[in-house]
Amino acid sequence: MLTIKNLHAQIEDNQILRGINLEVKPGEVHAIMGPNGSGKSTLASVLAGREDYEVTDGEVIFEGKDLLDLAPEERAREGVFLAFQYPVEIPGVSSTNFLKTAVNQIREHKGLDPLDAVSFLKLIKEKMKLVEIDQSLLSRSLNEGFSGGEKKRNEIFQMAVLDPKLAILDETDSGLDIDALRIVANGVNQLKRADNAVIVVTHYQRLLDYIIPDFVHVLYQGRIVKSGDKSLALELEDKGYDWIKDEVGSLV
Amino acid sequence: MSKDNRVLEEITTSEYKYGFTSDIEADSAPKGLNEDIVRFISAKKNEPEWMLEWRLKAYHHWLTMKEPTWPNVKYPKIDFQDIIYYSAPKKKKKLNSLDEVDPELRETFEKLGISLDEQKRLTGVAVDAVLDSVSVATTFKKKLHELGIIFCSFSEAVHEHPELIKKYIGSVVPITDNYYAALNSAVFSDGSFCYIPKGVRCPMELSTYFRINAANTGQFERTLIVAEEGSYVSYLEGCTAPMRDENQLHAAVVEIMAEKNSEVKYSTVQNWYPGDKNGKGGIYNFVTKRGICKGDGSKISWTQVETGSAITWKYPSVILKGDNSIGEFYSVAVTNNHQQADTGTKMIHLGKNTKSRIVSKGVSAGFSQNSYRGLVKVHKRAENSRNFSQCDSLLMGDKCGAHTFPYIEIENSTARVEHEATTSKIGEDQIFYCNQRGIATEDAVALIVNGYCKEVLNQLPMEFAVEAQKLLALTLEGSVG
Repeated sequence: MLTIKNLHAQIEDNQILRGINLEVKPGEVHAIMGPNGSGKSTLASVLAGREDYEVTDGEVIFEGKDLLDLAPEERAREGVFLAFQYPVEIPGVSSTNFLKTAVNQIREHKGLDPLDAVSFLKLIKEKMKLVEIDQSLLSRSLNEGFSGGEKKRNEIFQMAVLDPKLAILDETDSGLDIDALRIVANGVNQLKRADNAVIVVTHYQRLLDYIIPDFVHVLYQGRIVKSGDKSLALELEDKGYDWIKDEVGSLV
Repeated sequence: MSKDNRVLEEITTSEYKYGFTSDIEADSAPKGLNEDIVRFISAKKNEPEWMLEWRLKAYHHWLTMKEPTWPNVKYPKIDFQDIIYYSAPKKKKKLNSLDEVDPELRETFEKLGISLDEQKRLTGVAVDAVLDSVSVATTFKKKLHELGIIFCSFSEAVHEHPELIKKYIGSVVPITDNYYAALNSAVFSDGSFCYIPKGVRCPMELSTYFRINAANTGQFERTLIVAEEGSYVSYLEGCTAPMRDENQLHAAVVEIMAEKNSEVKYSTVQNWYPGDKNGKGGIYNFVTKRGICKGDGSKISWTQVETGSAITWKYPSVILKGDNSIGEFYSVAVTNNHQQADTGTKMIHLGKNTKSRIVSKGVSAGFSQNSYRGLVKVHKRAENSRNFSQCDSLLMGDKCGAHTFPYIEIENSTARVEHEATTSKIGEDQIFYCNQRGIATEDAVALIVNGYCKEVLNQLPMEFAVEAQKLLALTLEGSVG
């Protein structure tokens, strides 16, 4: 589904990613962990197409297409979804209106007719249950005045409605209490199928108690320095990141 | 250049959708302005002596006045002797029904999307269409007539209802009020008159559609709305103009008189030709709009969506004379390319317990300059009056400007006046967020701007709100790369 080869990226003159290699297959859940400043969020942003980052080397193939060649909205329409670490507020635009515009532009891209109001409402109602989101939240301005937890839940709700092939969750657990964390994780788990994949970007392993990864990768100084299974996350939880730093340091 | 700027760079590609001219035989006055031209216009309209005298008085006063220079707009000096002050489509015969309207004229309306028969059948909107100065056809007259509502062209009202015109013309905007109001009073060509009798609630939205067609003609229309005690009317005004290289002057006057416990809602969607992307051509829109809440408990509400004109200079105002009266002003002003807008309102509190509310949303893109200018004045007798003002500016790109000039004059210590103002830039992160959900940049901008203007758009009648939303998107088309 997704192949990242030797990906290098920088912002202004700071080299952040220094040769990422990653292969994600349908049905898999990958966790990307690492200390602050290791490039986790940069990787998520580069995959989604944020213009602040300049890709200086490497390639990203998504479903046979050169992802880096596509505009952000084209990537989204092809099925790449980013759950934002800091969801953006758009005053005066209701979540419903926003999502309807998004759904119909994605449908248009796929050559489908736009959803009428009734079918759209049905879709919304169905997905609302997944993340236990309140209807009143959807008629309010997008993310405006939402609590941290509501914003994150709303991201997963959008993910449920848009039904992407590849979802990238960027620090979705940050700022969530344990109940909200469970709700968000439940939503993600219920959306998991054999034909889609999830990349979970997180600093802590606690989210991985709920979303069980098939692979755990440790990102440090812009490279994946260690990969393993779920047990690697537990080891990190137990020992912190310093031993990784030491290990990498000793190689240099 | 930063990424932001590159993305916001292409602020210039939207073309004016209503740019076409109709080949209708016009009956015009020679260029220039003097007493003979005023007499010519009056004679053309077969006006009674009192109307001519009123015009001449205005003309002579205008001669003593100076063009105002205080607005925050720049344009070459207007040569008032180089303007044609009257142009009417040549009448073949008196029109008895819509079917007799010149087919080409009808076509013009169809292109504008306001086909009269469509309007008649589908929307329940009565339209008084003013094309270059003469009111062409008025719909729904019969139904309104049964309720005692008068809705007709200004010229017709001069003949049919002289007592009302004599009583109210210039009573809200006197001929001496300002330079352009005096000019309009001297040479006004036509416009609309609307009278709602006591206790009548007008059952439909009354609508006028203005369009400047002939080259070099100024459009000087005049609207007068009188709402008697306990009545209600919602009035819509839409404006477009064809594309022309030269600048055309438009100086209208709107007067609203609201008696005790009456309510007048006046909505405008102004989409005059803004000039091309280099700032050539376009309409100079210098308009005086004012209402007076004369009676206790009356209410006047202005809603405007201003997307057109090279220069807009107007301040729809309310004089709150009656106790407990209410004035409202809701405005969206969008400027792109080289457009300039200096617009706002005046709320003059004279009566006790009067309330006013101002919500102004400015959107600037391209090289445009957008100013809000507003006056809130509380007279010393206006006990317990209240005002709330909110003036927001949204900037797109870094070559445009947004300015706010609030004037507050309070002479009574019981007054409560609040003013809030914000200036923001359309966020790259907002656009990226939309992009990441599959929404194209242009649609994202439309979505964000419509959201930003929502509070004002909500005030518009339904059909108008939809049109206004499309217009906003159209005006800002290409404003973000």
